[in-house]
Amino acid sequence: MEVIASFVPLVVILPFVGALINLFLGRYMSEKLIGAVATTAAGLAFAIAAVMTIGITAHGYEATVVNPPLLDSWLYIPSAAIDIPWQMRVDTLSLTMMLVVTGVGTLIHLYAIGYMHGDSRFARFFVYLNLFLAFMLILVTGNNFLMMFVGWEGVGLCSFLLIGFWFDKKHGEGWKNSNAARKAFIVNRVGDFGLLMAIFLIFWTFGTLDYYKPNEVLHLEGEPHSAAVDTLIRAGEGGHGGSSQKGVFAQTEAWLAEGGHIVSFGVFELPFETVITLITLFMLIGVTGKSAQIPLFVWLPDAMAGPTPVSALIHAATMVTAGVYLITRTSVLYHAAPLSSAIVTIIGIATALMAGFIALGQWDIKKVLAYSTVSQLGFMVAAVGLGGYAAGMFHLITHAFFKALLFLGSGSVIHAMEHGHHHAHAHGHAEGDSHGHDDHGEQADHGHDEAFDPQDMRNMGGLARRMPITFVTYLIGTLALAGIFPLAGFWSKDEILGKAFNAGFNDGKIEGFLALGVLMVAAGFTAFYMWRQIKLVFLGVPRTEAAAAAPESSPSMTIPLLVLAALTIFGGALNVPLGVSGVLVLGVLFIMAGFWLLWALPGVRLFFIGRAEPVTSQPTVNPIFRLIVLASSAAFILSGAAIMFVPSLGASYQLEVLVLWLEHSVPYTKGLTLNPILAIVALSVGIAGILLAQRVYSPSALAEGNQDILEAQPSTRAAFRLSNAKLYWDETYGRFIEQPYNRAAAWLANKLDWEFWHDRFHHTVFRDFYKRAADFIATPVDRGAIDQGFLRIARGVAQIAARLRGVQTGYVRTYVFTMLFGVVLVMLILLLPLLRQ
Amino acid sequence: MEKNDMLINIVLFSPLVGIALLLIFGRAREERIKWVALVSSLVTLAFSIILLGAFDQSKAGMQLENLGEWFRLGNYTVSYYVGVDGLSVLLVVLTAFIMPLAILFSLYHVKDRVRLYYSFLLLLEFAMIGVFVAQDLFMFYVFWEVSLVPMYFLVGIWGSEQRIYAAVKFFLYTMAGSILMLLAILWMGNHFGTFNVMQIKAAIEAAAGTPEGAFPSAVTELLLFLGFFIAFAIKVPIWPLHSWLPDAHVQAPTAGSVILAGVLLKLGTYGLVRFNLGLFPQMSVTLAPIIGILAIIGIIYGAWVSYAQTDVKKLVAYSSISHLGFVVLGIFALNAAGISGATLQMINHGISTGGLFLVVGMLYERRHTKAIDAFGGVWKALPVFSGLALVITLSSMGLPGLNGFVGEFTILLGTAGSPVLGLGFAFFGTIGVILAAVYLLYMWNKVFMGEYKAPAAAAHGDFALAPATGGGHEGDGEDVHADHGHDDHGHGGENPYPPLMWNEVTALVVVVVAAFVIGLYPRPFFGYMDASTNAAAAELSRYIPNQAASENIQAE
Repeated sequence: MEVIASFVPLVVILPFVGALINLFLGRYMSEKLIGAVATTAAGLAFAIAAVMTIGITAHGYEATVVNPPLLDSWLYIPSAAIDIPWQMRVDTLSLTMMLVVTGVGTLIHLYAIGYMHGDSRFARFFVYLNLFLAFMLILVTGNNFLMMFVGWEGVGLCSFLLIGFWFDKKHGEGWKNSNAARKAFIVNRVGDFGLLMAIFLIFWTFGTLDYYKPNEVLHLEGEPHSAAVDTLIRAGEGGHGGSSQKGVFAQTEAWLAEGGHIVSFGVFELPFETVITLITLFMLIGVTGKSAQIPLFVWLPDAMAGPTPVSALIHAATMVTAGVYLITRTSVLYHAAPLSSAIVTIIGIATALMAGFIALGQWDIKKVLAYSTVSQLGFMVAAVGLGGYAAGMFHLITHAFFKALLFLGSGSVIHAMEHGHHHAHAHGHAEGDSHGHDDHGEQADHGHDEAFDPQDMRNMGGLARRMPITFVTYLIGTLALAGIFPLAGFWSKDEILGKAFNAGFNDGKIEGFLALGVLMVAAGFTAFYMWRQIKLVFLGVPRTEAAAAAPESSPSMTIPLLVLAALTIFGGALNVPLGVSGVLVLGVLFIMAGFWLLWALPGVRLFFIGRAEPVTSQPTVNPIFRLIVLASSAAFILSGAAIMFVPSLGASYQLEVLVLWLEHSVPYTKGLTLNPILAIVALSVGIAGILLAQRVYSPSALAEGNQDILEAQPSTRAAFRLSNAKLYWDETYGRFIEQPYNRAAAWLANKLDWEFWHDRFHHTVFRDFYKRAADFIATPVDRGAIDQGFLRIARGVAQIAARLRGVQTGYVRTYVFTMLFGVVLVMLILLLPLLRQ
Repeated sequence: MEKNDMLINIVLFSPLVGIALLLIFGRAREERIKWVALVSSLVTLAFSIILLGAFDQSKAGMQLENLGEWFRLGNYTVSYYVGVDGLSVLLVVLTAFIMPLAILFSLYHVKDRVRLYYSFLLLLEFAMIGVFVAQDLFMFYVFWEVSLVPMYFLVGIWGSEQRIYAAVKFFLYTMAGSILMLLAILWMGNHFGTFNVMQIKAAIEAAAGTPEGAFPSAVTELLLFLGFFIAFAIKVPIWPLHSWLPDAHVQAPTAGSVILAGVLLKLGTYGLVRFNLGLFPQMSVTLAPIIGILAIIGIIYGAWVSYAQTDVKKLVAYSSISHLGFVVLGIFALNAAGISGATLQMINHGISTGGLFLVVGMLYERRHTKAIDAFGGVWKALPVFSGLALVITLSSMGLPGLNGFVGEFTILLGTAGSPVLGLGFAFFGTIGVILAAVYLLYMWNKVFMGEYKAPAAAAHGDFALAPATGGGHEGDGEDVHADHGHDDHGHGGENPYPPLMWNEVTALVVVVVAAFVIGLYPRPFFGYMDASTNAAAAELSRYIPNQAASENIQAE
């Protein structure tokens, strides 16, 4: 394993090299080449992660610590006992994150080649994207809190760069993007503040920032499920023992077992338990920043100003889940701090509910998804708060699949809407037809209709017929997000709800009951707003010319959609809970996938959604293509049936794969037995949400005057408007934080610092006092008494001075030279002792 | 050994040799003067690096010393005593590193009284190095005062509109502090019978255990401490003694601002470590919380005020108050982590803020304005320049992987575990890290991002002046970025953003590389200072009550 794991630096270095190549050579390269370099870098990183996954599985899941080449030590200050190395950790948790980040990342890179085609800063985009991967991988592979912090801030930087990628758009759009980028960075900085404080506390408590020291190995003995944590960690090679030899988590375990440990912070002391609570609460601030939880989530909806692949990769699938990763990584600490865990849960469920509510009333296709992401992150945070580390990670993974899918789908829609808009306005626009979207930034310039917003769902409708692949993949994503059996979202959401149920009913925790109730409601919201989106975007009739003319996207965009859709279908198999027949689930999934494949046939589409208008873009069906589709569909269905009915085929399939995998690196990971009643209730909530939305938004998706149906009805108007106004979070922050800060800054700078301190105090008080004193000395004292006495002498001096006056040329230069000469003279005197030596 | 003994003198006096060469060159050869100055500063840099190589990291005390009698003043001997320890050797290298950058930037932008200008720059370098290597109080004072003169003229002659006011204020303000320091120095010399810092220090350390102590009374020690402290506090500047800084920075020519921020402010922080901590450990321990509070106020106040500025250069100037607040905080954390971080942050601030002033200067040379509102979308007009500027901004903001973070983190870490300050100080200091992002991103957003803002028509006439003098556009080959600035925006007429010249690119690239090197691999830098900071922290810990007690317990 050591050998294979020593490749881990490459996982970081490859994307970084990709970024450097495109940064320095990008301007000489074609778009294809740039995209190929970037995608290859991401893909190779994924391949290495995959190889390491196989390697670690073959070697008993043993974690390995790797020092990258050249950079042995980072912060190394012996006098202060600070030794923070660049050190990477390969264990099942970091590998999970690596696989998600590089896997989804590669697909999104591929997609972006098509999406960013023609952009004036094409190369730069891929530089940022690769750089993001590098930082994200540093975040997840670091073996100490500071390396994680490097990644943590680094991904924040890339997020900033990418949100503001189109900073130069015309008509105020550019400023909006720039400000969204800035907002993201600053709000994240607030979170980083918490993380930094946590790091300071950790350092002075434990004397190290390492998760585990290299000589500590996560060590499993006996039955995995019953492995107690203290046997998980084998201390360093005997003898020199001492707490300083162990990493943060081992020391925590040791001190907790010992009890009554007191930590001294120089000027004060605290009991160890209190310190842990403090650390975890400060960390939570960091989590709320990066993972967009209350109160710091406000940056994420604005972050949608970035290009859509960015929203998919950074602001849905990977970066925003860093907080969940952090809590999972520090499960030992959170486990020891029940108060912090309870607060984590409450923040998570509050966020899930709040964001779900706001998502109900949004018009922007990406804003709906953004709030949905915030809501789903709330689910994950609640899960880890409840101690469901595997559940949180499971939802993180499935969410990465289906939310990336949905975002890329929305990108495909937006792209098509832009095309459609150009197409619709191409008549009489000779130069306007230069292949549509040469520059996304110039988008608003084209056409007569500057107000056209390709992201506004009111402008869409009926896109299912125009974009069949986008539609069906989007539908899969929607159903998964809504938690419909047997898609990935069903399993992961159910796991979280199961955790909440157990925490409430088995452990008697109040937050468990609370979580169960609130998350159910949030799940209902999810199903409702997602189906509203389907209705507004894909079903019904086109509401604008642009929507009527929107074409399906190119294969470089649809292939990632298809792959992600497949992952969304099969993702649930990663962690089917105990008490379920695994082969049955697997069989159902195969059969479903088989049926979904049939969608590729125009006849099937015709049957379900009718013919596209106009018919021009409908591809003619190649008989061979039809044969391939039918054959593979049949193969899937048959193999599904075979798995179900031939026991030997599914025998090697394990339940709870993810739990079994993660418990080698995440202490306190526990599996879950399916609660059939809960599962049925959860499923019904999802279906009810969809049916309700279907009913509300039929027959027409919009009411009079482009109003939402809910807005048109007096009974729901107030609620809709509140949701549409995003619960006034931004306004509140603006009023109570931003504006006071700005006003105070202006007052401090202009009044206090400049007018009072700089001008009045220094100028008036000091100078005038000096002047008055000088006048006093000069006139009564000097002129009166002294002057007379010295008059005689002065006259004599004046005569001499008159003779010397010739020297005074009146040129500043001469004076200065004289001065300089004097100075040089002084220097020569300084030199004298040297010469004497 | 003989060679090494002279090394420090060579570093110290090499700028004077440069001045001599400048003076030898006649008026007719003014075009060449700048090259002589550049080469001279590079030679000094080379020697300072040799000095660094000769420096033995494992030793705590003074090294490469040079001690001789300078002159006698009545009964008192003023010695010529130069030497470096881990702290000063790094600052000498910083000085020698910043100076070529300042000269590099000036090459084509300064056309007025060239010979005088470069003479003053080199004189300044001489004085600053002198301050860092002088280990005799009297000698230190002479260099300290000499460093004022060239800066005064640089601001007063080559500055902006209100240069005279700013120069006079700078001079008087600093002078006022120096007078107090002079009194303290004379008292010390009288009391200890020598000006030799090491001898005084040894005497104080020896007297520490005795009942009568090193000073006649605590009040005397306090007054002496303040005599030094106020002089240094003005120079740093520690809030609220910062009022001269915005004037001087805004009015100074770019090279002046770079040196002012890069090195001159560090004379103050260096003095705090060397003299206040070194000579008055007891008083440092007593006053640390108060000074810590001033530092915290400076961090937050500087950041806050910075945010409200409408002038780019003033914004950067106020940011110095915030950044230097971190350094002071680290120094008065009085532990090894804090002092190490503070020392590294002195260097980092020199690089990042020096770099920021270069950036502002380059913007000014192109647009002849420093008003933030006049800019917008520069990133689009000058992508390469903006990319480099972004790195420098981020390094100033303390992004991990760049130099600023390493310093700030170590300082705050030290503060959090400090035996005299503690977590509360770290808490407010860390808030300063948030605020740094607020004002720097505000600047970055307004100037570099957003829609491209073409300058008002009236400003157009000036652009011809901006690029290099007539035909003397050396190094056309380097100008690869030329087309890049153009093709992004197609508005007719003159380009308000001429592409970077080779000297500008070089200066920025050097800064960026330095930022990355320190950020990714600060180990050697900490290595140079480690023995010295260790000794300093160990000495200080003797005066910290509970610390000393706990160490005794450990020993038993």
